[in-house]
Amino acid sequence: MSLLEIKNLHVEIEDEGKKILNGLNLTIEKGQVAAIMGPNGSGKSTLAYVLAGRPGYAVTEGEILLNGESILEMEPNERAAKGVFLAFQYPVEVPGVATMTFLRTALNAQRKLRGENEVSTPEFIKMVRETSDNLGIGQDMLRRGVNVGFSGGEKKRAEILQMAILQPRLAVLDETDSGLDIDALRIVSEGVNRLRSPERSMIVITHYQRLLDYIVPDVVHVMAKGRVVRSGGKELALELEANGYAQYTDEAA
Amino acid sequence: MADVTPIRTPAEQALAAAYDGARGTLPGKGAVASLREDAFKRFDAKGLPTRRVEEWKYTDLRTGLRQALPLAAPPDAAAKANAKDAGAVFASLKPRKLTFVDGAFVPELSDLTPEAGLSIGSMAEALTKGDAEVTAKLGKTFETDDIAVALNTALMGDGVVVRVAAGTALQRPLHLVFVTLTETSSFTRSLIVVERGAKVAIAESHEGVAAQVNTALELIVGDEAEVDYYKVVANRGVHLGSLMLSAGKRARFDTFVLNHDVGIVRNQSFVRFAGQHSKGAMRGVNLLRAEEHVDNTLLIEHAAAHCAGREQFKAVLDGESHSVFQGKIVVNPGAQKTDSKMMTRALLLSDKAEADNKPELEIFADDVVCGHGATAGALDPTLKFYLMSRGIDEAQAEALLIQAFIGETVEEIADEGFRDAIMNASLAWLATREVKP
Ligand SMILES: Nc1ncnc2c1ncn2[C@@H]1O[C@H](COP(=O)(O)OP(=O)(O)OP(=O)(O)O)[C@@H](O)[C@H]1O
Ligand SMILES: [Mg+2]
Repeated sequence: MSLLEIKNLHVEIEDEGKKILNGLNLTIEKGQVAAIMGPNGSGKSTLAYVLAGRPGYAVTEGEILLNGESILEMEPNERAAKGVFLAFQYPVEVPGVATMTFLRTALNAQRKLRGENEVSTPEFIKMVRETSDNLGIGQDMLRRGVNVGFSGGEKKRAEILQMAILQPRLAVLDETDSGLDIDALRIVSEGVNRLRSPERSMIVITHYQRLLDYIVPDVVHVMAKGRVVRSGGKELALELEANGYAQYTDEAA
Repeated sequence: MADVTPIRTPAEQALAAAYDGARGTLPGKGAVASLREDAFKRFDAKGLPTRRVEEWKYTDLRTGLRQALPLAAPPDAAAKANAKDAGAVFASLKPRKLTFVDGAFVPELSDLTPEAGLSIGSMAEALTKGDAEVTAKLGKTFETDDIAVALNTALMGDGVVVRVAAGTALQRPLHLVFVTLTETSSFTRSLIVVERGAKVAIAESHEGVAAQVNTALELIVGDEAEVDYYKVVANRGVHLGSLMLSAGKRARFDTFVLNHDVGIVRNQSFVRFAGQHSKGAMRGVNLLRAEEHVDNTLLIEHAAAHCAGREQFKAVLDGESHSVFQGKIVVNPGAQKTDSKMMTRALLLSDKAEADNKPELEIFADDVVCGHGATAGALDPTLKFYLMSRGIDEAQAEALLIQAFIGETVEEIADEGFRDAIMNASLAWLATREVKP
């Protein structure tokens, strides 16, 4: 069974009725790293949000199956407990909620929903320290509110830290490379690569071929106008870099 | 205005009857009795405040106080036994408890062990004796013709008279513990004089059955004195609390009030910066649900130059609750270099809740910095989704965001013990909150 199967997904903005996803089909295998590329406004972030269960989107048709089970009726936290993780394109600041409290509450809430034991304090602290060291995240940053006062690049790193702590089955990385300097791009990519495993699948949304030199995908999908219009191997990214999206936006029209 | 006798509500009639019946036995004769009489006349002329009285615009006592409960009788032994563990909210601070049951001071439940520089007495005794110093100060800390204060003065039964001698830093906080065990009304009046350079933390808590509590505290902060005052109201019924505070030169005071699980509450503070170079901060948090109503009203008078005032009040509103903040800053002529700022924020968790905010500035000096700001809004759905996307359920996500919202104000409490006590009381309230899908 595939880890994720999206069939004929139609999504519109609630209240407005504006249609964003138009019969999107996508299958992600267990352990697979899939890149999604596509022009601005093609619906990549919308797909990521709909997977994570963000309110405000209406699924009018289609199905999303995770391990064969529909997740459409699940709350975002239930999806997280099933292994869905979204690294946000624009991570938000949550002032007043300490990063450590947040991480720990999230981890234990997921474990509780899965019927697992809570993680002990020393174990948790060790886990966070090791991972944050690897990602170049200082302890002073962890003492602040979630993402508060972090630079754009620091926020992206913090998302990968969260991912490493929460150990998802399906990670969706929405433009995790944007806003990163060259060194940070390498650090973040290494962080992501460390998490590659036969048990974990990833959807890497990006505009730049460069990220895919670091995180080498098993497959590349092209999205245009709310659907997947082409899929191929990693060389597809190079082709897009050379030719742009014109042919797809025309084709999909 | 025409001189007509207004139609009296049952509560107004009952209050007048209570005064008539009790005036012969209330403590104090002579000057005290005439103070009561004058105060009663003020009430008698005006009646309970309605929304047409500007200062009471959002808390209409004529409708809020439908009937006046009978005056409380002195507590019996059983009542005293029941009040033994009251004041738990500040127990972790191991304070010196001064306990009141239904408005009566109970020495057996109070810690009166002597401490150098500290004197504690009963207000009833001071009034009965006609204590010259007490009668000289009473009602003078901040003169006002407010009706809740007038009723308190007319009917004041007991309270504490505390003096902290110059230069004394009290080892333990004082804790005025008020517990109501009968559905009655009580009128307590306390006077705390903190002399030059003395340092003290004062806590006050209200709990018990749905009673009508009218409590007033006159707090005189001497030159260079430092006072922290924390109040928690967790009492159904009607709570009318008045703080009259006057600060001398180079003094510091910080006040904090937490209101939760209440009926109708009015906390009114009349504060005067009477000496130069003083700093005062007043903060508060309301945690409200159902039809609870809390009104925090401040009148801050800058009568001396170079003083700084900071006011920050937050409200979390569920259900059909109602939170009111009124803050008036008056800068007298000559009070140059005044720096006074007010901020209120309301977090509306229900669209039936209401938050009213009325800031006023009356500035008669030209070289001052004064300002106020207010916000009201719901929980940010983006933040909530972010937390939930990490596995945190809706109730906990909301609780974390609410905690962060009030934390911003609670974190301003400098003393760790009090900060934790206030935060723990807030978290206990949060834990009982129901999240509607
Ligand atoms: N809440 C919303 N209300 C109205 N329109 C929206 C909303 N969210 C997304 N859209 C629109 O849907 C379309 C797809 O947006 P989306 O953010 O999914 O694109 P994207 O592929 O992630 O683009 P980018 O590469 O720029 O990040 C855009 O036209 C966008 O304006
Ligand atoms: Mg996007």
